[in-house]
Amino acid sequence: MDQFLQHLLNGVILGGSYALLGIGLTLIFGIMYVVNFTHGELYSFGAYMVFGVVAALHGNFFVALFLAVALGAVLGAGIERSLLRPLRGTSIDTTMLVMIGAWIAMQNAEQLLWTGVAKAIRHPFPEAPLVIGPVSVSWIRIFVFAAAILLIAASHLLIRRTRLGTAMRATFQDRETAALMGVNIDAIHTVTFAFGSGLAAAAGALLGPVFVVFPTMGDLAALKAFAIVILGGMGNFLGATLGGLILGVVEEMGAGYISSGYRDAMGFLIIIVVLLFRPTGLFARAERVG
Amino acid sequence: MRRWPAWAWVAFLASIPLWVRNQYYLHVLINTGIFAVAAMSLNLLLGYTGQLSLGHVAFFGIGAYTSALVSLGFDLQLAAGYTFVFEPRPVWLGFLAGVAVAGLFGWLIGKLSFRVRGAYFVIVTVSFAEVVKLVALNWVDLTEGPMALNNIPPVTLSLPGLGELTFWKKEPNYYLVLAVCLLSYAVIRRLVQSRAGRAFIALRENEALAESVGVDVTRFLVLAAVISAAIAGAAGGLYAHYIKIVDPDIFLFIYTVVMVIMVVTGGKGTLLGPVVGAVIFGILPEILREVARPEVQWIIYGFIMILIVFFLPEGIVPAAASWRKARAASASPLGAAGERA
Repeated sequence: MDQFLQHLLNGVILGGSYALLGIGLTLIFGIMYVVNFTHGELYSFGAYMVFGVVAALHGNFFVALFLAVALGAVLGAGIERSLLRPLRGTSIDTTMLVMIGAWIAMQNAEQLLWTGVAKAIRHPFPEAPLVIGPVSVSWIRIFVFAAAILLIAASHLLIRRTRLGTAMRATFQDRETAALMGVNIDAIHTVTFAFGSGLAAAAGALLGPVFVVFPTMGDLAALKAFAIVILGGMGNFLGATLGGLILGVVEEMGAGYISSGYRDAMGFLIIIVVLLFRPTGLFARAERVG
Repeated sequence: MRRWPAWAWVAFLASIPLWVRNQYYLHVLINTGIFAVAAMSLNLLLGYTGQLSLGHVAFFGIGAYTSALVSLGFDLQLAAGYTFVFEPRPVWLGFLAGVAVAGLFGWLIGKLSFRVRGAYFVIVTVSFAEVVKLVALNWVDLTEGPMALNNIPPVTLSLPGLGELTFWKKEPNYYLVLAVCLLSYAVIRRLVQSRAGRAFIALRENEALAESVGVDVTRFLVLAAVISAAIAGAAGGLYAHYIKIVDPDIFLFIYTVVMVIMVVTGGKGTLLGPVVGAVIFGILPEILREVARPEVQWIIYGFIMILIVFFLPEGIVPAAASWRKARAASASPLGAAGERA
């Protein structure tokens, strides 16, 4: 039982960061109908930014986190403006190919810049874990979870309560009508992509200090993000949040009780099972985007 | 310049080992041929039915592992202390088993995943490849996991009158790969020019319309998936017995991406496109190797992919065909008028 609680706690904490990744991807897919293969690169970009600022520039850990998210959003806006805007209206396969090209170029640029050696990020939290009854959890993980929940809540408010969020939801529901109502579709697309990229960078920046940082770390992260998006239903904000938490828990349970070698297979098995039995996602009835 | 007839191309390709004595060049050509087979098989799905299968390397790897395991033999610890022993079998049997097992997985994945389309299909195929990779990594009893399958025997043929012929050298391997290339090309050509091929293209262009005139969508998509997977498995088998070592890295996503780049650059939905793409991207790394590190090469690949989509979305082969047509039209006095008539 104690072991079960420990796995559950680990899973929920990991799931918080997964949810961040999934939300970013599901917004981009829902609003722009782009399968974003650069998502994992934004994730590793966030982690490398924190590493760079902390290790190379001896900067403050929290400033580094903030910078990583902000630069991730700027990079995302750049990708949208240069690669996706000219291809607006082409088929989903066309943009997918371009995103694959961008992903390969970005990943190898990272490899060139930072080499393939895995790096650890130093963080200011105490090493000794917090022990509550039968379970224990490290302080950095508590911080990561809190920050993830805060970002998710802020994103939720942005989408539900602001004019920008209303415009995003309108674009998701019907692009033409939204444009007729005076929504600047180009701007919405850029903002959405930048926002989703910022969330991916945030997930990388937060999980980087928990694990290690290496150039291909984004591949598995991106595939997991796809799993979360499918689990929650494409374009479904709440679905992605719950999907992230579910994936985190399933992975921890799978690693704990079945085999740690197949830990990363859990997400893919979820994808295959969900698509077989409920292709619209588990939470299809909830309203999409918001 | 007149176009060469098909037999002249075959004769040219067959003559290469006679005047290319450099073993390293032959090695590059053999690799290129293996990738050409794989790219042709991907093109059947991506180009003709319009389904972007991003897990294609799984079929390649399954073919390689099956062929290697059948020819090496293996034993499995079953429950209750019983051990299943599989004796080594001849290489040609392993190769055929690789083709068959890959085709079987193609059938399974086709059956399962063609309930969904577009982005969903892409993600199912990617997930399938990742699961297969993790199985190859973790089922150490069967696959040796990261220790890899070593000492895979080369292809052996017993010819009447010539005795046993073992393909240790580059030259026989080159001819073997060339033969499989030509066979795959012929099979795909025969298929896409048949009724099934017209059904594939109808599905790609307008699935709802095709279905309304009586094309059995799932049946034809599954057929395409089975043949595509089987040919990819053949490419994997060639790889295993040529390189003689197979490890889970064979399932890296990047190899699928290389196949996609080859098909898209050469021209998807054309017979020659994947071959042209495979030749370009089989030989390009060898040229770039002199001047650029592998990372830089990959960055260049990424940019090429983006540039192709922006400036040559149809690929090289269709672009060359329409260029030739335009030149022929302007050269003849009837010109465009003749074209229109």
